[in-house]
Amino acid sequence: MAVTRDDVLHIAELARLGIDPARADELTKELSAILSHMEVLSHVDTTAVSTTAGVGAGGTPLRPDIGVPGVSSAARASIAPVMRDGFFIVPRLATHEDSGESTA
Amino acid sequence: MSVENYTHLGAAQIASSVRAGDASPADMVRASFNRATEIGAGHDELNIFLHSDEKGSVEEAEQMQTRIRGASDIGVLAGVPVAIKDNIASLGLPTTCGSKILKGYVSPFESTAVARLRANGALVVAKTNMDEFAMGSSTENSAFGPTRNPLDVRCVPGGSSGGSAAAVAAGITPIALGSETGGSVRQPAAFCGVVGVKPTYGRVSRYGLVAFASSLDQIGVLGRTVDDAALGLESIAGFDKMDSTSSDADVPIYRLAALGKPAPEARNPDTEAIRIGRSPVPLPPPPGPSTLEGVVIGKPKEYFPDSLDPEIARLCERAFDRFRSMGATVRDVSLPRSPLAIPVYYILAPAEASSNLARFDGVRYGLRVDPGKGLKAMYEATRSEGFGPEVTRRILLGTYVLSAGYYDAYYKKAQAVRTLIADDFRAVFTSGVHAIFTPTTPTTAFPIGAISDPYEMYLNDIFTVTANLAGVPAISVPIGRVRRLPVGGQIITAHFDEYEMFRVAYALEAGLGAEAHQ
Amino acid sequence: MSQGRYEMVVGLEVHVQLKTRTKAFCGCSTDFGAPPNVNTCPVCLALPGALPVLNEHAVELAVRAALGLGCRIDPISVFARKNYFYPDLPKGYQISQFDQPLAVGGSVVIGQSDKGTDLRVGITRLHMEEDAGKSIHDRYPGETAIDLNRAGVPLIEIVSEPDIRTSADAGSYLRTLKQILQYLDVSDVSMEEGSLRVDANISVRPPGQTKLGTKTEVKNMNSFSAVEKALEAEYARQCGLLDSGGRVEQQTLLWDGAKETIRPSRTKEGSHDYRYFPEPDLRPLMLDSKWVDKARKDLPELPAARKARLATEYGLPPVEVEQLTADPALAEYFEEVARAAGDGKAAYNWVMGEVQATLRSSGEKIGLFRVRPADLAQLITLVRDGTISHTAGKRVFTQMVETGKPAAQIAADEGLVQVGDESAIATWVDEVLNEHPDEAARYLAGEKKLQGVLVGFVMKKSKGRADPKRVNQLLSSRGG
Repeated sequence: MAVTRDDVLHIAELARLGIDPARADELTKELSAILSHMEVLSHVDTTAVSTTAGVGAGGTPLRPDIGVPGVSSAARASIAPVMRDGFFIVPRLATHEDSGESTA
Repeated sequence: MSVENYTHLGAAQIASSVRAGDASPADMVRASFNRATEIGAGHDELNIFLHSDEKGSVEEAEQMQTRIRGASDIGVLAGVPVAIKDNIASLGLPTTCGSKILKGYVSPFESTAVARLRANGALVVAKTNMDEFAMGSSTENSAFGPTRNPLDVRCVPGGSSGGSAAAVAAGITPIALGSETGGSVRQPAAFCGVVGVKPTYGRVSRYGLVAFASSLDQIGVLGRTVDDAALGLESIAGFDKMDSTSSDADVPIYRLAALGKPAPEARNPDTEAIRIGRSPVPLPPPPGPSTLEGVVIGKPKEYFPDSLDPEIARLCERAFDRFRSMGATVRDVSLPRSPLAIPVYYILAPAEASSNLARFDGVRYGLRVDPGKGLKAMYEATRSEGFGPEVTRRILLGTYVLSAGYYDAYYKKAQAVRTLIADDFRAVFTSGVHAIFTPTTPTTAFPIGAISDPYEMYLNDIFTVTANLAGVPAISVPIGRVRRLPVGGQIITAHFDEYEMFRVAYALEAGLGAEAHQ
Repeated sequence: MSQGRYEMVVGLEVHVQLKTRTKAFCGCSTDFGAPPNVNTCPVCLALPGALPVLNEHAVELAVRAALGLGCRIDPISVFARKNYFYPDLPKGYQISQFDQPLAVGGSVVIGQSDKGTDLRVGITRLHMEEDAGKSIHDRYPGETAIDLNRAGVPLIEIVSEPDIRTSADAGSYLRTLKQILQYLDVSDVSMEEGSLRVDANISVRPPGQTKLGTKTEVKNMNSFSAVEKALEAEYARQCGLLDSGGRVEQQTLLWDGAKETIRPSRTKEGSHDYRYFPEPDLRPLMLDSKWVDKARKDLPELPAARKARLATEYGLPPVEVEQLTADPALAEYFEEVARAAGDGKAAYNWVMGEVQATLRSSGEKIGLFRVRPADLAQLITLVRDGTISHTAGKRVFTQMVETGKPAAQIAADEGLVQVGDESAIATWVDEVLNEHPDEAARYLAGEKKLQGVLVGFVMKKSKGRADPKRVNQLLSSRGG
């Protein structure tokens, strides 16, 4: 499957990577070239492979529901690009008008 | 003990002399920094160190000296200077992953591996250069400039743990931590003529290791000798409740493998002294015809293609001869799906990376570039400024293979083939083979700037990446030189059988003797 | 009405915050209302190198909820990453479950059909996930403030089958679901505090058509009645579209509670490509069948079973049973009182009367109410025995609420123990007749309706101690 320029622009948008339009053509070629090496996998018969995820036996370990101290406010402030009144501050979503709408 | 021969001291020797009061931790730290200055570890020379604080390290060492006087137990790495790859979180020094997006970032918490090194008495002297977010095989992808190979400054040290390998090769520290996703410890170890071990997936906690591809990432150890690597790994291995993928399997005393005995026999309480470091360090007994008696070494044909550099092939044959002379049997085996490993790896690793690197968004820490055009523009400006070309390429690749319509053809398929690759190893190890031996890399260190095609660079991992996909342990040890550049041989064993891996590695190192560096 | 020509088809997605002390994957507190970002750590801030570890209690609560809704628990479920960028999503992905959820295939009975059969809404799946943080858009002009205290709080998402046909049924489903979750004690289920959130998928089709129409997703409803109103509004919109020859487009809509209208969300369709893949930082969640069986055995009594039992055990009519079982804590309080007092009817009267009135005015929760069931049962017994009058009983209750003292002690201290003694009552009656000569004369002259007034005077004089029956008898005998 060859990657198109539109594919590159679409995935760049999904990944929030600002791609210089001039670079998009190069990336299209690079990604297509890399993916052409992956085609070999389509010829491998994997019908008998079970789909159980995770290497090794045993389920994920569980943690008791007990509180542990977090990061101090000084530490948060020392690493944050912009912090005000204890909040992390970011530019407003350009299309955002409603205060109610959050995430999925 | 004198620190004049510091660059030749093993970690166990340093710890013994510090514990015995023959040398002080501060002497060792000063010797380490002196060596760094002498060889030129700084930015404009070999560019091995990204961050170091000589004054702070010396102060820490002096505090340790006070504790030694107070006779408190300071561990098996007492006074041993160590270098840490810059993607492993440590208190006190920045953790930047060789990336502009984390420039200046100091982690408010410490990785389990570094915490365990410190608890065992090790002293962190530096954070080392690396390919940005561990994506690369040459350390040329660092945002802070490439590291040069101390053995030949025109060449790369390998990567992505190039800074750590160079620090050990240059004699700055006997032990350094690196990290692996597809060979990033073993390949630079081979290129720099040092030992590099990648343990079983889950053997060392990943807590505090900045994730590249979580299902493959594992912290590894670079050491001057097999013994340094064994001691280093022993100090950091074991279950950690902070890492859900860490294993609670028992950690054997890896250094006992030096005695050349199978694991159960070596479990002798008398030898506990070696582990706790109170007795003089025993030199491994000289290798004899029975050192590897009963051991079957597999020679997988897929790792010795006709196209392999004949000089590297010759050094591997010499290693096989040594194994035989120590009583081992060499058996031809096959890992038929290994040739699929690079395509599988370059689907799975970028897929996970695209998700793992989403957190670098300029909101809570790290770089923020805000063109003043709203949130999305801030994200895009931050990430395009912050990430270098290889990281960008891999995020795009990973996003693509996970995106709607391509998931089954790429990600799911690659996972299935990964299982087949692991099955190949399982089949060999259940057929009576104890260890597999292969070259670590298809070439020796190449000149800086020599490889520009991304896929050609990816092929550097061709012999190492299978161990990551299968999750099995592997170690690279020097087996000689070609055109004055080091060559590494790789020993792979079954899951959690690091003991057997070290046993073969100790024997090979002793069997080759000075030839390992000739 | 054109709308009658179409059938409404609704499925609901309900997010419920689990009642744990700490977050799903780290040890930060889940307390509501802490200062911004105080409850955060390397894990929920997504600092480089931090890793998730699953909270055991969150698993217990999720399993309990699934069992209570009749779901089948999968012995192996898998966490997955749902990838999207939003500033209140620190990792850039949400840890959720995708193709291998915790549980599938339950159902909820929301009432009876006209034919008397159970009206059932199927549960497609129940899975675990973590919450995002909070984005506050109206605090600073041109900027958004991010609070990550809620980021990583454990949730379950309960997805219903598209079995709901009317907005009223949607309301019944939600109320029933909420009650079941309250009984299971897995969540605070408060829409106001955000511990229960509802998104609706709705489509319409001509009756008799089996194929589903194109659905839209409606979000941002902040109460059950808002859900019902939003469904009506969207139903009308979709019917209107079809009637005018248009087509329904798949999209996300937002309910505007103030204007009571729906409008399209600004999120671009097609921009959601969540790139789900198994979460490599967690191994699969494996649940031992014995452990699940024990959890099933330990399930508390659910609302339907409790209603049936209260009706038979205490002989209460359906309306009263509904009132008592609305809140599990209330039902438990009632039962303890009823058992201790040996009188369901009196217990009902007191609990739904005095107790509820007191709680309503104080805003207290019944679980923390000062008058414990045993104390109330004692009071009921005192009244039933005739030790104190019903009127005095109410005064004693007020004192119990104020002082926390036992009923018997209050009755004694306040001199409220009923006086059945003939001579004492006769004295009070004589005094009353003397003090109110006018009423006395008219009563004795045969104006019977004044008897109640006179009894009231006697009760007042006796401070409620006089047994009203005896007072009546005595007055009647005087009145001849």
